[in-house]
Amino acid sequence: MHCLRTNCLRTNRNRIMAQTPETPEPTAPVDAGTPPGGAASAPGGIGGWFATQIANLGEFAMDRVVAIGDVALFALKTVSWIFARRQRREVLLPAFYQIGVMSLPVVALTGLFIGMVLAVQSYAQFKAIGLETRLGSVINLSLVRELGPVLAATMLAGRVGSAMAAELGTMRVTEQIDALECMGANPIYYLVVPRFLGCLILIPALTIMADFMGVLGGYLYSHLLLGIDYHHYWENSRAYVDVFDFLMGIFKSFFFGAAIALVSCHHGFHCGHGAEGVGRSATNAFVHSFVLILLLDLFLGIWLNNVHDFFRPEGPRRLL
Amino acid sequence: MPATAPQPTVRRDQAEPPVLQVDGLSVHFGQQPVLRDISLDIPAGQTLVVLGESGCGKTVLLKTMIGLVRPSRGEVRFEGQPLSSMRERDLAHLRTKYGFVFQGAALFDSMTIADNIAFPLREHTRISAADARDIVASLIDEVGLPRTVLDKKPVEISGGMRKRAGLARAIALDPLLILYDEPTTGLDPIMTDVINELILRVKERPRVTSVVVTHDMNTARKVADRIIMLYPLFRLGLDESQIVFSGTPADLDRSRDPRIRQFVEGRAGNRLTELQDEQTLEEHP
Repeated sequence: MHCLRTNCLRTNRNRIMAQTPETPEPTAPVDAGTPPGGAASAPGGIGGWFATQIANLGEFAMDRVVAIGDVALFALKTVSWIFARRQRREVLLPAFYQIGVMSLPVVALTGLFIGMVLAVQSYAQFKAIGLETRLGSVINLSLVRELGPVLAATMLAGRVGSAMAAELGTMRVTEQIDALECMGANPIYYLVVPRFLGCLILIPALTIMADFMGVLGGYLYSHLLLGIDYHHYWENSRAYVDVFDFLMGIFKSFFFGAAIALVSCHHGFHCGHGAEGVGRSATNAFVHSFVLILLLDLFLGIWLNNVHDFFRPEGPRRLL
Repeated sequence: MPATAPQPTVRRDQAEPPVLQVDGLSVHFGQQPVLRDISLDIPAGQTLVVLGESGCGKTVLLKTMIGLVRPSRGEVRFEGQPLSSMRERDLAHLRTKYGFVFQGAALFDSMTIADNIAFPLREHTRISAADARDIVASLIDEVGLPRTVLDKKPVEISGGMRKRAGLARAIALDPLLILYDEPTTGLDPIMTDVINELILRVKERPRVTSVVVTHDMNTARKVADRIIMLYPLFRLGLDESQIVFSGTPADLDRSRDPRIRQFVEGRAGNRLTELQDEQTLEEHP
């Protein structure tokens, strides 16, 4: 009986294997001249090896394209749910509180220290050429254009993005997202839209806070510890940093906020099994958000410089 | 012997039209088949128990019945309406006629028990906050929960209480069909019987149809009008039906099919040896 049963199991396994072939050999169709089953390892099978690498690369690219398409569809659904139904105060406010109010101290602290560190790092170089009174312009220009928005967004990707991915991932694992669907409620509307709007609106607001604290930190360090005259410090800042620089940073932070929300919520929604799955989705949410922030920063920076040149063909004022 | 056994008939002529029809349902996850050619009708008012060992696809069948899992082939119809061709919005509306009791209750962690139970009422009705509170109070009375739990979060109450709160939430909108996913798993014997009693009480509500997925024989015998038993696909031949039994609890006790007897009597038999053989096959195919 036991042998019969084992044979039966073996037969069934073979049947299932016959129905569901494992990952196809990518080398086989590419190099017809190589012997079957040994394309990559056969002596002189360089062509087969290259074919395998190209096939692997193709598979990797396809996976990425599918993943990007998945996130794009997720984003489309999120945006459509913003307009499809009136947003409820009791759903929005807790998300806004978590994203905005709870992040305020950490963002303020980040901004303050960036400003001070910029003063520390730039002072020696500027003093060497006798232009330490221009420190304010370089600190504040770097802050509002670049470091304030990017570092605030990075900090928020860690604090807010990972938390969102972990929370939604736990909800997925414990079937709370399924429960929402079973009660005829849309999980995108309930869970993603409030977080998306929170990040979209509040991350720029937090960036303004980071900028303000950075400007303050840079000034306090320069004036109190480096002894730079406050009049020259502010006068040079005013002369070289204009509204466009400030708005450029804030404009970018809208994109950073949207990216953090979509990437993190997507990871939470597609979380793997158990605690390991939740942990992985939280980590991936941060890593992917961070990479996306840097990519967006680069391309938005290039585009915004072109916009600046279009409206001000004379270019920026020379710092030195 | 199982390969030559006649496939049980699961359709019965009923006076009541079926609330739910499952026609030739197959579900694959990637390359892995989980359900194959499942067909059954569930008449109004019936309590159907789906039995089967872990991994045989019971929960997948239940989730397919409410449209959470999309079938690879076949169709599920609720009151004659096919779920797979419905728009998302229509499906969401249809789900208000369902109640789903999850294995782990699936209460929302961020809400109190009162808010959890009131959630479907707030989502789908226009009743006032005071009326919602009254309904929630009557629901928790019905499932035997003390009023003191209303302001607590799900993590602050016991597993049995969470299950009963999950049941209260599931019946808040007076559903026509209630799906229970392993409602007694992880509970002590007394609480298990309390849940069984509650399933029986809910069954007394007018026009309520229930599907209970379980591997607990006591629950099956106590609450079932009809029992079907699913068998894991990888233990079946290609021509065998995945539903290896369909009948009343008394029919189940009379069955001589060794697969059914093994499950009903809870015997390991050769299963451990088979699992070890499977492991060997995995390592040395």
